[in-house]
Amino acid sequence: MKRNYLLSDSIISPMGFGTRENLESIHRGRSALKFHKNSLFTEGGVYAGIIPDKIINESFNIIGDPGLYTKLEKLIILAIQEVLNENPDLNLQDTGLIISTTKGNIDQLGKNEFPEERLYLWKMAEVIASFFGFEKKPIVVSNACISGALAIKTANDLITAGRFSNVLVAGGDLVSDFVLSGFQSFQAISPEPCRPFSNDRQGISLGEAAVAILIGPNGKEKEKIAYVDACTANDANHISGPSRTGEGLYLSISRLLSACNILPEEIGFLSAHGTATTYNDEMEAIAFHRTGLEKIPVNSFKGYYGHTLGTSALIETILTKHSLLNNELFASANFSGSGVSKPLNIIKQHSHEELKLALKTASGFGGCNLAMLLKKETDE
Amino acid sequence: MSKQLFIQDSVIIRNGKVIVNGQIIHEIDADHKLSSFLKSIYKKQNFKYPKFFKMDSLSKLGYLASEILFKNKEPEPETALVFSNAASSLDTDEAYAETMNDFPSPSVFVYTLPNIMLGEISIRFQLRSENIFLINEEFDPGYYIDYSKVLFEEGKASKIVCGWVDLHNSDYDVFLCQISPGEGYDLNEEELKKLYLPTHE
Repeated sequence: MKRNYLLSDSIISPMGFGTRENLESIHRGRSALKFHKNSLFTEGGVYAGIIPDKIINESFNIIGDPGLYTKLEKLIILAIQEVLNENPDLNLQDTGLIISTTKGNIDQLGKNEFPEERLYLWKMAEVIASFFGFEKKPIVVSNACISGALAIKTANDLITAGRFSNVLVAGGDLVSDFVLSGFQSFQAISPEPCRPFSNDRQGISLGEAAVAILIGPNGKEKEKIAYVDACTANDANHISGPSRTGEGLYLSISRLLSACNILPEEIGFLSAHGTATTYNDEMEAIAFHRTGLEKIPVNSFKGYYGHTLGTSALIETILTKHSLLNNELFASANFSGSGVSKPLNIIKQHSHEELKLALKTASGFGGCNLAMLLKKETDE
Repeated sequence: MSKQLFIQDSVIIRNGKVIVNGQIIHEIDADHKLSSFLKSIYKKQNFKYPKFFKMDSLSKLGYLASEILFKNKEPEPETALVFSNAASSLDTDEAYAETMNDFPSPSVFVYTLPNIMLGEISIRFQLRSENIFLINEEFDPGYYIDYSKVLFEEGKASKIVCGWVDLHNSDYDVFLCQISPGEGYDLNEEELKKLYLPTHE
């Protein structure tokens, strides 16, 4: 079967505009998570990864009128623009656009700055598609925190089905009072920058970002990263808490490995979800043990970016792609000591290692779980 | 060679009517309230699932339609869920936003994602299967067909429930159908459209 590849990409985040700047920030151990004043919190504020409007508008001014688009639309447009700049010959007539988001323009709810219609995720996608002149109707994947990786699976499957030649997958979610207050009502927000898998973790930090990546069968580079396959599985257990046995995550990983005929020890790097809530990280540790992945170098990128919701699995897939290409393992930020009942091989320092296969996993509300396999291919 | 796929049973919940395979099985008067309509379906069908009362209206619609679709025959565990709608969870988003500045409610907040409905259906029928939730402006059969075909071809599902469960400002529209190799209507865009919007209605 013909494979699809993870081609050009762009990450727009508090860690930088463009993937290169983001990788540079990770190398230097920077974090997007800063203290922001917010009256929802008794501490007077919260640690979160927020991109200032001023910087967005300065960048956006070059390509369009910042007043015509919401913050999230501008961020996603900027990310897509960078990928299109790298691929000037891309034919937008048969290129699909898939947008991954959980809450879209939810920060606009109750405001009257834009037509109310923009609250619809399909409308937001349409606005973005028409900015660039994509001819095919855009699709939105909105499946909680696995959305980003599920959007890549969807892109691959719709290319396989013959609907598109290539797909531009873009994603974005904002740090809004809507989402902050919701996670706060669950008492899930950490009073300090989040510490995934760590024994001193106290919950999640939220972050915002937008990303874009081109998926298609024609990679020109000598070394490229192939999408091998992905599986999802529902926990069928609880809508807002992970399964204690990690059932859905276990099933998605074990089905994927068996479908691809891959042994756990062949995997060089595991990019976990790692939100830093007590239950999530414990659930993942159990699922990774049950699938024989406990020795595989693993990290969570949430300590750098916070939880970017529908974008998180997309950002983390892009970073995993670069880990594979550069043979580089990135440290799991803010990890002080094992805080899960089944120990994992958490990456403590940036290091170099020959990598060929990587596994990306994600889990989310509604009991959803996803596992995706990426492979480096080298043309002889 | 790809397997031939067919559409079997279908359920519509629309305009105060519940329609199964083209037959109206439940109906209430036109000026009904959604909440009383949902409750009347639950009661009339004799469902016994107290979690129903904790769900938001969007999940209630998805739950009821799947319960009707699977009536008298529990689904196979490898039954995948491929769902979409236009308004995401906007109805519940608005309800949550009303309470947000006073007493934000975690039990409302959790329903502010459209795929929670897939979790509810998976819990009810113990499905640990493939799930996806897509957002489209309107019911678009092409995406169901393409996405489902690949799931079957890769052996990731034995059956698929395709669902359109949309709700905003009390306007609701539900269509569920089951797809599998075997028998039934041919799976193509035209048939799906016909089943979704029967002309004799």
